[in-house]
Amino acid sequence: MIHAAASIALLIVSGAMVAVFPRSILAFLVFQGSLVAIYVARIPAWLRALLLGTALLVMMPVIGAWNGYYLEVATQVGIFVALALGLNIVVGLAGLLDLGYVAFFAVGAYTWAIVGSPHGNIVFGGGFPLSPWAFYLFLVVGLLVAAGTGILLGLPVLRLRGDYLAIVTLGFGEVIRVLANNLDKPINLTNGPKGITPIGRPPVPPFMSYSEGFYFLVLLIVIVVILVNRRLEDSHIGRAWEAMREDELAAQAMGVPLVRSKLLAFACGASFAGVMGVVFSAKQLFINPESFTFLESIGVLAMVILGGMGSIPGAVVGATVVTVLNLQVLKGFSLWLNELKNADVTVLGYNLANLPTQLEPAKYERMVFGIILVVMMIVRPQGLFPARRRQRELGQ
Amino acid sequence: MTGLFEAAGVSKRFGGLTALHGVDYRLDAGIASIIGPNGAGKTTLFNIFTGVYPADEGRVTFRGQPVLGLRPDQITALGVCRTFQNIRLFANMTAIENVLVGMHARLRVGLWDALARTSRFHASEQGSWRGGLDLLERVGLRPKANEIARNLPYGDQRRLELARALGSQPALLLLDEPTAGMTQAEATSLMALLRRLVADLGLAILLIEHNMRVVMEVSDRVTVLDHGEKIAEGVPREVQTNPRVIEAYLGRRAAAPGGGRAGA
Repeated sequence: MIHAAASIALLIVSGAMVAVFPRSILAFLVFQGSLVAIYVARIPAWLRALLLGTALLVMMPVIGAWNGYYLEVATQVGIFVALALGLNIVVGLAGLLDLGYVAFFAVGAYTWAIVGSPHGNIVFGGGFPLSPWAFYLFLVVGLLVAAGTGILLGLPVLRLRGDYLAIVTLGFGEVIRVLANNLDKPINLTNGPKGITPIGRPPVPPFMSYSEGFYFLVLLIVIVVILVNRRLEDSHIGRAWEAMREDELAAQAMGVPLVRSKLLAFACGASFAGVMGVVFSAKQLFINPESFTFLESIGVLAMVILGGMGSIPGAVVGATVVTVLNLQVLKGFSLWLNELKNADVTVLGYNLANLPTQLEPAKYERMVFGIILVVMMIVRPQGLFPARRRQRELGQ
Repeated sequence: MTGLFEAAGVSKRFGGLTALHGVDYRLDAGIASIIGPNGAGKTTLFNIFTGVYPADEGRVTFRGQPVLGLRPDQITALGVCRTFQNIRLFANMTAIENVLVGMHARLRVGLWDALARTSRFHASEQGSWRGGLDLLERVGLRPKANEIARNLPYGDQRRLELARALGSQPALLLLDEPTAGMTQAEATSLMALLRRLVADLGLAILLIEHNMRVVMEVSDRVTVLDHGEKIAEGVPREVQTNPRVIEAYLGRRAAAPGGGRAGA
């Protein structure tokens, strides 16, 4: 009862905070935190669904109307949540360490970018860009192409485990990026480092802006991805993956077909990234190989580890924390420091205007992640929201 | 007539070491044991029977169907399942989940069933859970169904491995040293369980065992391997008194008249 009342109050208060201070990062962070609090609160499932539904379907778009950047952040978070959930299947459930995951994201993105922009004319002759409506069809095409790429990667690495698998997948990720960088000749497929633009956007309902449209689309995909993740995890397929992770030889001796199970894990993980790649390219209007570097793969892996490997809420929270830290917290600090410098504030006799210009938190993004990961590994190696099973492995 | 399980001329070399040399084997029903000193090739034989290693030569058939060249999971699907010498449970999964994985080969549902939660899927899951709990009941682990495999006592882990192997509904069960590390009392009760399995499910069981008391008590037939060759075969009493067996275990002098018994 207390939990229920507190959850409702928290949501209202945090919503009001954002309403009063639409420019305050802190208020928006409190709003995000309240969603996590509602998720963990001991309240009936219907109330939790109602509150989270209200927050994501009603409040978030309203907040977006006050401050468009927040909606952009929410959309980015959604994209990374789907990526983290996809990688969670491969790494968390099936135990196949994949360091080149962003390759599948790239494959999805280029799939739509080529046919959704005038660039398609160079590749296939005339008739491009395709009608914006084709975007929705290409969500499925992107999924299939990425899943196929996943199988293609899976086939040669089936016999590899652990470190060896990690190195080969890392190489694969780089191969895809280098291909994207160089496939401007002999056939100009990707337009090389110059990238592809303008990429077509999907039609959205007339009462919505593009950013709202993308927000709801991403939200819908994330919900589907979570549902698929849960159903896979809680089925014979999920059990087979977990068994494979625990002991490959024993799993095979018990009748789990390793080849098929591994390929399925790669294909499922890749397909989520493929769909989000299609959305990403349409949202950004422009893509080039720089969006798909090795660091992106590591970033997604960091999200999964931070949240807790093999855990669905973990992947969601991990992706949110990393993305928000990236897009808001560090940038916010930088802005704040700059304002202090410009305002000629003196603290304890030291004029802040004399602070070195290198001191800019947004530039320390990677270092901050590194510190967070190291601290996490020491303090809470099972992650923020560990899976039941990982808790057993690492929590004791 | 072909038997349930037949092997002919199975050989395996690891580099210069001949682990198995032209071993013939046949098992139709009941409980049979393979014994032999360390390094005799017993586990290698099991690994060839279950598809873990390829054989260099020879032929193995199960119900008349060739087994060599198949993958372990295909062999399991045919109806041959095994346990391991060093327990290889899925340590961080619960007891019931371990058994459910064992049933994988018998499931007739696919990806789409799991994603769409078809009625077939629900029926299959319910059936698996019921069957899994029954198997745990059979080995005496029903009350511990939701415990993590790793946290079970040693004897229970051995029993769980047995239940997991039974999950694939095998016609032939290969047990690699099932009583290793057990007390005599635990070993005796496990053998009683194996007898019941043979009687209830019509299983054939092939054991690798070091505990001679267990072997002689439970086996219908004993085969002795030494240096990769079959040196004796027969009912326990015959094997026990076979001079070549005594020699293999205790050395040449012990095999002289008045020497020791086989085993330790």
